Amino acid sequence: MSDNLLMAAYASRLGDNALVLGQRMIELVAASPELEEELANANFSLDYIGQARMFYTYAGKCEGVGRDEDDFAFLRPEHEYRNLLLVEQPNGHFGDSTVRQVLFESWYLHLLEALTRCSDEGISEIAARAIKEVRYHLRHSSQWLLRLGDGTEESHRRVQQSLDNLWKFTGEMFSPDDLDDEMRAIFNGPHLEIIEAQWREDVRAIVEQATLKMPDNQWMASGGKQGRHTEHFGYLLAEMQHLQQTYPGATW
Amino acid sequence: MYTQGLDQAGKSDPAKPGPETREQLDAFQTRIDAEEKIEAKDWMPEAYRRTLVRQISQHAHSEIIGMQPEGNWLTRAPSLKRKAILLAKVQDEAGHGLYLYSAAETLGVSRDQMVADLLSGKAKYSSIFNYPTLSWADIGAIGWLVDGAAIMNQIPLCRCSYGPYSRAMIRVCKEESFHQRQGYEIMLTLCGGTAEQKAMAQDALNRFWWPSLMMFGPNDANSTHSAQSMAWKIKRFSNDELRQKFIDVTVPQAEFLGLTVPDDELRYNEETEHYEHSDIDWQEFFDVIAGNGPCNKQRMEKRRKAQDDGAWVREAARVYAEKKAAASAAA
Repeated sequence: MSDNLLMAAYASRLGDNALVLGQRMIELVAASPELEEELANANFSLDYIGQARMFYTYAGKCEGVGRDEDDFAFLRPEHEYRNLLLVEQPNGHFGDSTVRQVLFESWYLHLLEALTRCSDEGISEIAARAIKEVRYHLRHSSQWLLRLGDGTEESHRRVQQSLDNLWKFTGEMFSPDDLDDEMRAIFNGPHLEIIEAQWREDVRAIVEQATLKMPDNQWMASGGKQGRHTEHFGYLLAEMQHLQQTYPGATW
Repeated sequence: MYTQGLDQAGKSDPAKPGPETREQLDAFQTRIDAEEKIEAKDWMPEAYRRTLVRQISQHAHSEIIGMQPEGNWLTRAPSLKRKAILLAKVQDEAGHGLYLYSAAETLGVSRDQMVADLLSGKAKYSSIFNYPTLSWADIGAIGWLVDGAAIMNQIPLCRCSYGPYSRAMIRVCKEESFHQRQGYEIMLTLCGGTAEQKAMAQDALNRFWWPSLMMFGPNDANSTHSAQSMAWKIKRFSNDELRQKFIDVTVPQAEFLGLTVPDDELRYNEETEHYEHSDIDWQEFFDVIAGNGPCNKQRMEKRRKAQDDGAWVREAARVYAEKKAAASAAA
């Protein structure tokens, strides 16, 4: 793979994480537990959609065959999406979506930090912009984890269950594939094992502060990075791509 | 978004006079006539306060319920740019709801109470949100027509005699005019697109035209509280005046799009320089206000479900805050 195509694949994978998570969060609009949270959720999902647009546009530029952000978002089949399985998981209840955010954003923050130091200027610039948003998101989602974990008996029980349920989707974040390896070798990309250690420390700290228990080591699901998704994903994509697929070639 | 139903009284009549003396009322009216702003801590007649609470809270509720019909197309927006714009718009609406509730709270009613009134069905919201959004073009039509009508209603409210409401409206109106332009721009794109897209735009206009005209409320002759609201300068123009203004501005916009306004009797009167239109189906309006619109039940169920599903979360936040307060008091 040429360096440009490698970068295109890596950038579009980052775009996939951002878009799929943003799309999940959009499903929560008008369903938040309070009005202030409604604003926060819309604001954060807007950040993710914005990040997806930047990553896809850059992927298209690196690829050099004229694909734009919407071609990536709306005209690719399921198996060409390379997002983490974690971000495509259904919203569930507020505890589930909070845990999903904390687990993902704790990883994403370190990943973006590492990417600001990579040798590809295009990616490092986008990472530098995104990191400011994600740092704030993580502060927000962590505060909710504290409230739920150390709130009532019910909220503690529920959010512990969320943590236990979603834990199996975290392994994928740290298992490098060829793309990760090449990104690291050629562009001084992120070291996933270093990020794993940082992530584990951060997550342990917030989980313990929330009076919750770290889940036991367990079997880890994977496949998102290779385009093998959970069953939930097809529905998300079908809904998102509905108009573009129904009216091919139309301008909106 | 979205006032209207501003003249829709609840079961108890908010305009019913309070226990004030003639002197107090006269002095208050003198301040109003002098275009002074009434502030939260100023003396005001009980009926003035009640009218404003009703109007501002209805407006806030409309913003919150109004997130639903547009939210219905967020996951299916046809491009990432459209998705981002619509999301920003829906976020604005939540923000409008938030500061309108705050403006109403200055009148001594809590947000919890207002929300409880909405959920119990006691409080109203704009009837327009009880119509479904069936195609992407509806998102264009809502921006163009519904936000357009809302702006007509709301620009005069920037000069409303009650200071906190007037200031909230100045901010709301700035964002609304952006919403209106993005809606029209969606319509322009659709009308310049394929035959199917143009048909989608026409269908949206057909369905949203009349409900948009109804947003201005009943005809002046049937508008219960208009006279008092005008005297108090809560309201500056009558329902029919604003409706006419909206029609006069909007019909040429429809013509520019190449769309047909769904009214066979619509014609321009050279003498009056206004468009004349056929009668509005007020039965439909009163049906929707009374709860019998296509989506009344659905909108309220979604709102109640969000409230119910979030109960354990709000309770956790409350208990957590108490624990933290107790811990810092003990430290």
